[in-house]
Amino acid sequence: MSTAPVPGPAIECSGLRYRFGDHVAVDGVDLAVRSGEMFGLLGPNGAGKTTTIRILTTLLPVVEGEARILGLDVSQSPMQARRLVGYVPQQLSADGQLTGRENVAMFARLFDVPRRERADRVDEVLHVMNLDDAADRVASTFSGGMVRRLELAQALVNRPRVLILDEPTIGLDPVGRDTVWDRLRLLQADGITVLITTHYMEEAEELCDRVSLMHRGRIRAVGTPTDLEARLGPEATLEDVFRFYAGDSLEEGGELRDVRSTRRVARRLG
Amino acid sequence: MTFVAHGASHADSADAAIALPPSPPAWKWLGSRIMTFCLVEIQKIRHDRTELLTRAIQPALWLLIFGETFDRLHAIPTGHIDYLDFLTPGILAQSGMFVAVFYGIQVIWERDAGVLAKLLVTPTPRAALVTGKAFAASIRAFSQVIVILVLARILGVHFTANPLFLLAAALAVVLGSAFFATLSLTIAGLAMTRERLMGIGQAITMPLFFASNALYPVALMPPWIRAFSVINPLSYEVNALRRLLLGTPGNLLVDFSVLLFALVLGVTVAAAILPRLVR
Repeated sequence: MSTAPVPGPAIECSGLRYRFGDHVAVDGVDLAVRSGEMFGLLGPNGAGKTTTIRILTTLLPVVEGEARILGLDVSQSPMQARRLVGYVPQQLSADGQLTGRENVAMFARLFDVPRRERADRVDEVLHVMNLDDAADRVASTFSGGMVRRLELAQALVNRPRVLILDEPTIGLDPVGRDTVWDRLRLLQADGITVLITTHYMEEAEELCDRVSLMHRGRIRAVGTPTDLEARLGPEATLEDVFRFYAGDSLEEGGELRDVRSTRRVARRLG
Repeated sequence: MTFVAHGASHADSADAAIALPPSPPAWKWLGSRIMTFCLVEIQKIRHDRTELLTRAIQPALWLLIFGETFDRLHAIPTGHIDYLDFLTPGILAQSGMFVAVFYGIQVIWERDAGVLAKLLVTPTPRAALVTGKAFAASIRAFSQVIVILVLARILGVHFTANPLFLLAAALAVVLGSAFFATLSLTIAGLAMTRERLMGIGQAITMPLFFASNALYPVALMPPWIRAFSVINPLSYEVNALRRLLLGTPGNLLVDFSVLLFALVLGVTVAAAILPRLVR
């Protein structure tokens, strides 16, 4: 089935709701990400950020509400929507048994990049992610920051219109985090629409044009970091904004799965 | 340097009509996905060949110890064929099955590492992903089968040198292993953890192996085991291999039809269950 695309925001959710059994993970989310902006989805563990992303990337079905990528209804046209999106999950997900180049080439094939362009396209994204020298080493020898850049290369090889990153710097040391930030700024300058979830306020402040605060499945506030801080007071930081909307639930949020996932990432990074 | 899709500019991409890349025809993407996953498996084997050799030890022991001993005992009536010759197709099929039945562990690892989520976000229909993974497992199984065939030849097993028959035998191994890989992917989608999959895998491999014609002719089995062997795809794979490699009587059309039907059924069920892994 094919759905004709319509003009509108790059990413749009309206009335999005998703339940895991009795637990409402996403509770009527309305969200509009403008084309070309870097948009941060902030919130404590269990806020519903990853579930929202999983719906947008077609990993979870749209049960209630609507989710659109560049006007395409992801529930009606999942295959077309996937062609427009690059996705980097929370875990360090490169295949350690393959070289950097093989990791990227696999995704070039899966996205039907034409054979005559494939090798150049793989070289291009590896170069942009500053991985030329490591391209022919198996990914198990990469540092955490290198793996993250490799994943960005995988996500970019099909030249996506929208990039969705779930906690891209979780578990990275400051050096690894800085190299990932550098590459994200390059993409920002290039005008790619980026949706990013993060726990790190510094990251949101540094990279995002606008952010939304999500808590208990709902969007609590949306705006530029500066605007949101100004609403609280002249001395307020984004961390104050986060605490204001998430309240004291920081400790109670999240599930065992989140903890396990974070520990797995930490283990993989050594 | 730009990452934007051809013919589009990021700044106004949402406001302009989106030029969607044309989707390739179904046969093309199915073939492309199978090729991709098989190539990835070959690349992994090339980087680390130790598993190929260590996994070949068990089937080699079956041939060397069990096969040689029973060949001397003449305890199992196999007609005019030596027991070691009779056993070799059974061990080839068993070795492929053992590799494939535990392939789901790799997919659970891919789930834990986030790789599966990324694969499911590519424009790859679930059925194509499962088919690609199943054939990738059969590549790993097939490469092991080659090691067993070489060993069998060294032990003096007589099998055909006709390249067409060898090719058809390879196809039987690939289809059989691909089916058992879909079974493993289905169990992975239900069991959700490596530990449970290991347990279930171990629980089903021996019954599948012993209730087939891999070790002894079906005629020697008690009726209830014989009934099970009729619905056991491993028996049809062994039948096809014996027919092709040793020239024993058989019906290749039935054998290949059953293997193909089992594979299609396996892909259908696994494709429906696999997405549970990432929810």
